[in-house]
Amino acid sequence: MSKKTYLQAINEAVRQEMRRDPRVFVIGEDVAGGQGATGEPGGVGSVFGQMQGLYKEFGPERVIDTPISESAIIGAAAGAALTGLRPVAEMMFVDFVGVCFDQIYNQAAKFRYMFGGKATTPMVLRTTVGAGFRAAAQHSQTLHPLFTMVPGLKVVMPSSPYDAKGLLIQAIRDDDPVIFLESKFLFGMEGEVPDEPYRIPFGEANVVREGKHLTFVAFGAMVPRAVAAAEALAKEGVQVEVVDPRTTSPLDEDTILESVAKTGRLVVIDESPPRCSMAADIAGLVADKGFRSLKAPIKQVTCPHTPVPFSPTLEDEYLPTPRRIEEAARAVLAHT
Amino acid sequence: MQLSRDDLKRAYDRMFTIRAFEERVEKEFALGNIPGFAHVYLGQEACGVGVCFDLSDEDYIGSTHRGHGHCIAKGVDVKGMMLEIMGKAGGLCGGKGGSMHIADLSKGMLGANAIVGGAPPLAVGAALTQKYNKTGKVAVAFSGDGAANQGTVFEALNMAVVLKVPAIFVFENNGYGEHTHVSYACGAPSIAERVHSFGMPCEVVDGMDFFAVREAMLRALEHARGGQGPYALELRCKRFLGHFVGDPQAYRTAEELAEARAADALPRFRRGVVDAGLLSEEDFDAIETQVLALIEDAVEAAIAAPFPDPARDLTRDVYVRYA
Repeated sequence: MSKKTYLQAINEAVRQEMRRDPRVFVIGEDVAGGQGATGEPGGVGSVFGQMQGLYKEFGPERVIDTPISESAIIGAAAGAALTGLRPVAEMMFVDFVGVCFDQIYNQAAKFRYMFGGKATTPMVLRTTVGAGFRAAAQHSQTLHPLFTMVPGLKVVMPSSPYDAKGLLIQAIRDDDPVIFLESKFLFGMEGEVPDEPYRIPFGEANVVREGKHLTFVAFGAMVPRAVAAAEALAKEGVQVEVVDPRTTSPLDEDTILESVAKTGRLVVIDESPPRCSMAADIAGLVADKGFRSLKAPIKQVTCPHTPVPFSPTLEDEYLPTPRRIEEAARAVLAHT
Repeated sequence: MQLSRDDLKRAYDRMFTIRAFEERVEKEFALGNIPGFAHVYLGQEACGVGVCFDLSDEDYIGSTHRGHGHCIAKGVDVKGMMLEIMGKAGGLCGGKGGSMHIADLSKGMLGANAIVGGAPPLAVGAALTQKYNKTGKVAVAFSGDGAANQGTVFEALNMAVVLKVPAIFVFENNGYGEHTHVSYACGAPSIAERVHSFGMPCEVVDGMDFFAVREAMLRALEHARGGQGPYALELRCKRFLGHFVGDPQAYRTAEELAEARAADALPRFRRGVVDAGLLSEEDFDAIETQVLALIEDAVEAAIAAPFPDPARDLTRDVYVRYA
C-alpha cells in the first residue's frame, strides 16, 4: 500500500493487466505519441499521461497509436474483442463519442444479444469526462447517462484512486464491453492504493460516509463534493450518508434503497443536465421502490439544461456547487 | 490456380444454394412466414462464393444487411439460417438477430450488419487480431457501393493501411445503394480509384464471373497473408431484385433488369464448365436436386420450429454476467 494519484492508479491497473495477460493491449490516439515524428516515439502516453511509460515497456505491438479516427479505433477494438483479444481503447475526451457512437451502441453493445449469446466482446473504452477546466462545450461533458441507457454496456465512474485501480482491473477482466469514465477533475487526487492487483466488483456501491439523517447519492467527481458538503453539514449536527454507486450500469439499487430506508431523505448529485440524468433515474428508482421510506421529497442537484459554458463565472455555477448541494440538503431536512 | 472437379462442384453448390435459398426467402416472405424485412443476394452469388472459396473457418468475414449469401459462401448452416430468418428459437442467433444479424463465429462469420459501412471497422479489428497473434489468417469486410460513401469506411481503410493489417475490403458494386445509383452517389470516378488513394491496391473485377473473383481474391490473400497490409476489390455485379424483397423498383427500366438477368453468373459458370468438358450437365442437375431438397428441409423445419419463449429468452444474453 502506498499513496498514489488517481492518474497513477489508472496507469498501474493497465500496466499490471498487460503484464498478466498478453491479450490485453492499448489502442488510441497518442497513447504512445510521436509516431513518425523526428524524435523518439512513446513520450506522450495519452494527453493526460494515463498511459505513460507503457510504450517503453510493451512496444508498438501492444501500445498502438492510431490516426484521429474514433470510429475506426472503437470499431477495431470491437472487432479485435470479438475475435479473442482484450483491447483497452482510449477516446481522448468523451465528447468525441458523437463521431463514433455507432461502434459503441449498435456494434459492441449488441453483439452478444443479437448473436444469441454466442459472442463475447471483452473491450474497455477508457475516456475522460467532466467540466471545470474552461475547456468549453465540446471538451467538458460527462455523458454517462448516454451509455447507461444502452443495454449491453457496463458503465464505470471511479471517484478515488483506490476505486480507479480496482474498477479498471475488473473492467479489463470483464467479458462485456465496459465504458470507463475517468474524471479529469480527479487525476491529481491522492489516496492509498495497494501495489498488488485487485478487483472491485461492478454493481457494488461504496458507502463513503455513514449517516442517519440524510442520504447523498453521487457519482465520479461529484463524490468528493458530496463528501465536502456532508462534512460541512456535520458541523451543524447533521449526519449525512454518502453513497457512491461506482457503476451506473449495473446499478446497486439495494444499497441506495437501504440507505434511504434508514435516513428517509435523499439528495442526488449528478454532473449532468437534468433530463434523463442519473439523478432522475435514481429519484425514479426511490419513488418506485422506496416511497414508503421517504419523509421528504427527493431533491436533484444537477447541471442546468445548457451546454457547458466557457467563461469561469458561468462554468463554476454550471457544476453542482457545494452551496447548491447544501441548499438542497437543508430543503429536504426542513420538510416535516 | 486450376480447380479440381470437386472444387468446381463445391463452387456451384454454394452458388446454387444461395440462389435457391434466396428465391425461397422471397416466396416465404410473400407467404408471411418471415417477419420484418429481407434483403436478398440474388445476382451476386459469384461475388460471395468467389471471395470465400479459399478462406478457412479461421479467416473472418464481416457482412452487410444483404448477408445471406455471405453466410452460405462461408459455410454457415442453411437450416440454422432459415430458422433465424423466421425468428425461431433454434435459429443461429436464437431468433434474436434475424435476417440482418445472422452470425456464426464458429465459421468465422462476424455477422450480417444492418448499419451500412458496419463491417470495415470491425474487420480492421479482426485483422489486427490475426496480426497480433501471428495466425497468418485474414479478415474480409464486405460492403456495397452505398457503404463506399460512409465515413466509417474511410476511417477503416486508412487505419488498415496505417496498422498494416491483413484486411481485405470487398466492395460489391451492384449499382445501387438502396434506390440510388452509384453514378449519382459516388463523387469519385470509381470506388476502386478512391480506395486506391488510401494507399492499398484495389482491383476492379467482373463480379458476375466466379473465376475472375476467385483469382483476384487469391492475389488479395497472397498480399495480405504475406504481411503486405490490406487489399481491396471492387466487384462489379448486378442486383436482380430491389433493395428489399417487395421493392417495386420503379426506378429501373425493364431493359436494365433484363440485362442484369442476362449476365447471370450461374448459367455462365455452368456453360463454361460443361463446354470445357470438366463437369457434365448431369453433374449440375444432381447438385441442383440435392440443394433444392436441402432448402425444402430447412424451410419445413423452420416453419415447424417453436418461437423463443419470452419468459425464458427475452432478457437473456444481454451480458455475459451482470452485477
